[in-house]
Amino acid sequence: MIINHPILGPRDSQEFTYLGDAALIDRPDWQAEGAADQFHDYLYLRDNPAGEHRELWFHEQGDRSWLVVTRNTVTHEILNVELARDVARARGRSK
Amino acid sequence: MRYSGLKVIKEALTGHKGWRPTWRDPEPKKSYDVVIIGGGGHGLATAYYLAKNHNITNVAVIEKGWIGGGNVGRNTTIIRSNYLLDGNEPFYELSLQLWEGLEQDFNYNAMVSQRGILNLVHTDAQRDAARRRGNAMILNGSDAELLDTDGVRSMYPFLNFNDARFPIKGGLLHRRGGTVRHDAVAWGYARGADLRGVDIIQNCEVTGFKIENGKCLGVETTKGFIGANKVASCVAGSSSRVMEKAGMRLPIESHVLQAFVSEGLKPVLDGVITFGAGHFYCSQSDKGGLVFGGDLDMYNSYAQRGNLPVVEDVMEGGMALIPALGRVRMLRSWGGIMDMSMDGSPFIDKTHIDGLYFNGGWCYGGFKATPASGWCYAHLLATDTPHKVATAYRLDRFRRGCMIDEKGQGAQPNLH
Repeated sequence: MIINHPILGPRDSQEFTYLGDAALIDRPDWQAEGAADQFHDYLYLRDNPAGEHRELWFHEQGDRSWLVVTRNTVTHEILNVELARDVARARGRSK
Repeated sequence: MRYSGLKVIKEALTGHKGWRPTWRDPEPKKSYDVVIIGGGGHGLATAYYLAKNHNITNVAVIEKGWIGGGNVGRNTTIIRSNYLLDGNEPFYELSLQLWEGLEQDFNYNAMVSQRGILNLVHTDAQRDAARRRGNAMILNGSDAELLDTDGVRSMYPFLNFNDARFPIKGGLLHRRGGTVRHDAVAWGYARGADLRGVDIIQNCEVTGFKIENGKCLGVETTKGFIGANKVASCVAGSSSRVMEKAGMRLPIESHVLQAFVSEGLKPVLDGVITFGAGHFYCSQSDKGGLVFGGDLDMYNSYAQRGNLPVVEDVMEGGMALIPALGRVRMLRSWGGIMDMSMDGSPFIDKTHIDGLYFNGGWCYGGFKATPASGWCYAHLLATDTPHKVATAYRLDRFRRGCMIDEKGQGAQPNLH
């Protein structure tokens, strides 16, 4: 698979390591009501779709940036690549 | 379909024209006591043991494709009972004991071959870990022997003992482990279940569940609604897709795992060996092909095929361990979809929906677990209590902090 890095251009997926569902960006607030339940779901439960999946890849053998890759889990086609930093900020995270 | 020596001789003399299908191909009834979703090894074993151990025969196994076409036909056929943790090892020991008696039990040749599994160690720390694991295995009634370098050399002189980075320091030998003819496992269980009255319904996909007031009343399928007192999901690889139809999110990711087979060779490897310094293991099939396995492709996937980097990684591991492999040509590779759970261990449990049961999360280890999985799932379905060796396989174990994490990797499914 070739991942089209937003800054570096097309890179071989071998340069990356894979973390999982991009929903991991949305870490629950530890002070919220029901935080224990939210952390259980955050840590252990996954949507695991067959089809489009937004997921976190780390460019470990490259510029060490985190990317959000939208990929089809049935065909392995990569549909979109964003910097995780941009995605996180758009969702209200500070970094 | 029943077999006898006389029948084999008669058919040999008459052109093999008298063989009949091994199981029936019935249309689904309106309802059953138990509907099992998934006609793989585990689903068919569950049906078989429901009928045999619990006398529950009003059972249907519903399969989207053909039986045995999923992971029971896509694995590397290894059976073993060499786990470390208390939540796992008694279960896998039961499974190995069932394998030992399986062919007599269901009267079908599954080619169970206890040719031994040798896990190689390459450092002092690995030897310590192997000794600890071996002791845990023995405490749970399994068998283990720690070999030194000469012990390994006497078994497999062609291994690369003097690799500069990963010299072979010994190995943990599990003599009762081995291989089984995987397809025959599905066929043997299917035949045994069918003979006892279980309906095996192929080419019938479950499209939804009928759930009212927190109770599951049956399944919607491509052949219409089928009612059931109990619905048992058993579709490892696709568990998330099926259980999503019941509104459940699971502690599972689906990943692709590849395996490989070489051209046929004369007998060279009479057991199973695993490399301790990379992800590579190998055995030789009865047809002569060397069967290899390695690591996951690492990313979520429902495609039953992987990518080339893992092919390269597995071959590198093979070359590091068995340099003579360089002259062998690879013939085929294939991929299977694993339910990778959050702690690397499986589930055999009720769900929060009355009448809906779940079996899945088998990670790399589903094939060897087939008999015990069916045995324990049938026990759960018949008695509504978990079998004593499967009490740890609960869906709520993460909430309770009772993970069964053999490798100590934490909640990162692709690392188990």
